[in-house]
Amino acid sequence: MPLSAEPASSSGEPYMLSASLDNARHLSSLLRAVHFQDQATCFATANGLRVTVEDAKCIQANAFIQAEIFQEFAVQEESVTFRINLSVLLDCLTIFGTSSLPGTPTALRMCYRGYGYPLMLFLEEGGVVTVCKINTQEPVELLDFDFCSTKVVNKIILQSEGLREAFAELDMTSEVLQITMSPDKPYFRLSTFGNAGSAHVDYPRDSDLMEAFYCNQTQTNRYKISLLKPSTKALALSCKVSIRTDAQGFLSLQYMIRNEDGQICFVEYYCCPDEDITEAEL
Amino acid sequence: MRFRAKIVDLACLNHFSRVINTITKLAKTCTLRLTVSKLYFILSDKVANGGVSMWCELCQGNFFDEFQMEGVAAECNEIYLELVPENLSRALKTAQSAKAVKIKLTNKYCPCLRVAVELPSLSSSSRIVTHDIPVGVIPRRLWNDFREPNVPDFDVSIYLPALKTMKSVVERMKNLSNSIVIEANLSGEMNLKIETDLVSVTTHFKDLGYPPWASGDGCENSAQDRDLESMTEACIDIKKLQQLLAGQQVNPTKALCNIASKRIVHFILLHEDVSLQYFIPALA
Repeated sequence: MPLSAEPASSSGEPYMLSASLDNARHLSSLLRAVHFQDQATCFATANGLRVTVEDAKCIQANAFIQAEIFQEFAVQEESVTFRINLSVLLDCLTIFGTSSLPGTPTALRMCYRGYGYPLMLFLEEGGVVTVCKINTQEPVELLDFDFCSTKVVNKIILQSEGLREAFAELDMTSEVLQITMSPDKPYFRLSTFGNAGSAHVDYPRDSDLMEAFYCNQTQTNRYKISLLKPSTKALALSCKVSIRTDAQGFLSLQYMIRNEDGQICFVEYYCCPDEDITEAEL
Repeated sequence: MRFRAKIVDLACLNHFSRVINTITKLAKTCTLRLTVSKLYFILSDKVANGGVSMWCELCQGNFFDEFQMEGVAAECNEIYLELVPENLSRALKTAQSAKAVKIKLTNKYCPCLRVAVELPSLSSSSRIVTHDIPVGVIPRRLWNDFREPNVPDFDVSIYLPALKTMKSVVERMKNLSNSIVIEANLSGEMNLKIETDLVSVTTHFKDLGYPPWASGDGCENSAQDRDLESMTEACIDIKKLQQLLAGQQVNPTKALCNIASKRIVHFILLHEDVSLQYFIPALA
């Protein structure tokens, strides 16, 4: 089956969504960064693809792959939305293995005919072609965190390498991850309260790792650590991360990820606070 | 019944260890048949194995520097032992830089294969690590259970694609389905397919060769009479296929499979000194 298949389906109508990617890893690595639940919602517009995963009605992760990353990206209507099993999608995208030799990337073509139809994937590596047909489901309503830049109270941009170790070594016996952001000491603090005791990691505002520091108010918020732990995958891939909170303590983590070709993509995580503590608690 | 063997050459030893590691991945328990010239690792198709059978043959001369075998009787100069290959594989792990390995059949308290690994040491006397691997001696009346399986009347025979690619694909497919369909035709095309309620995935391999078979063996019809494009298929347990592919530590010189439509898939993997046949029956 030639990879440059005609954009029209066999019935002559154009596909609602059709896309080509020379290196499937540009998509699969980003999707893995949000893979903490099996169900994901795909939302495609002319600007690109957004894949959303949610859990417990408190956490939402979005992976954005803009149209420019693809060699071809065409959406027929204003937007196309469907739900799909993300584990299955990832197994298909990585059918030829996760670590291919440089110079032999897996090429991908993706087609979706519309409501009720499966997502078709055509993957090719070294002359071997794999065709996948994944059933899609009805889209459901997604959480709207209503997080916009005007409501942001505190914002920090850090180089990811500074946070990676801290996140990888989070004390998972603690139920919560407490984040303190303040114009005064300790500026930015991550705390856990586990079986062995409490642990704090402080980042001073004048640290080399700190790219931007806009904290107007002292805020201390707690988030369920089990919900935030998956964001470590996005952190591992990223070069920079922005951490923002609003007046209710909702957390937005935005990760800037550079792919193998140097192109930039974004992954974001939104999380509800576990308890509302607006006073500094030390 | 006597058996003594010795390996001194390190390359032969590593090669032998790799063979044992492959066998370990394919069988929890198997039969070791010793003859004057060959060793065989055999798994016969009992229900307990899920119907798969294995026949692995090595020429002892390619591995052992010394090899003495006296069978159960003069007219049956062979020994059949039941063995857990993982025990042998673990013993050989200690032999990665050994000066010599001696294997001997003993019967102190119960029949054992005694593997004595001579390790280099700074002092003048060597260090010897000895492993006693319990084995079961299989009586002559049961030897018929372990005959070489016949090559099935296959409908198609084809060289396998690059095992590395096949292994990646089958490993992913294993996450999606319990069974896999292997189909091939006489035009050098092979497909691996899985299909469930959620997803269907097909991988297409092309330009695979057709192994030359001795006349009369296998194919009833001559190649010209058959439709070259029509596919012959068999649906098998995907875990068994994945075990076979995952167990291959070294790329074989030749790898092919014979498919008897809807009945059985017969894999043949040939290395320089070892031949491995693995039979996976089709699922009901």
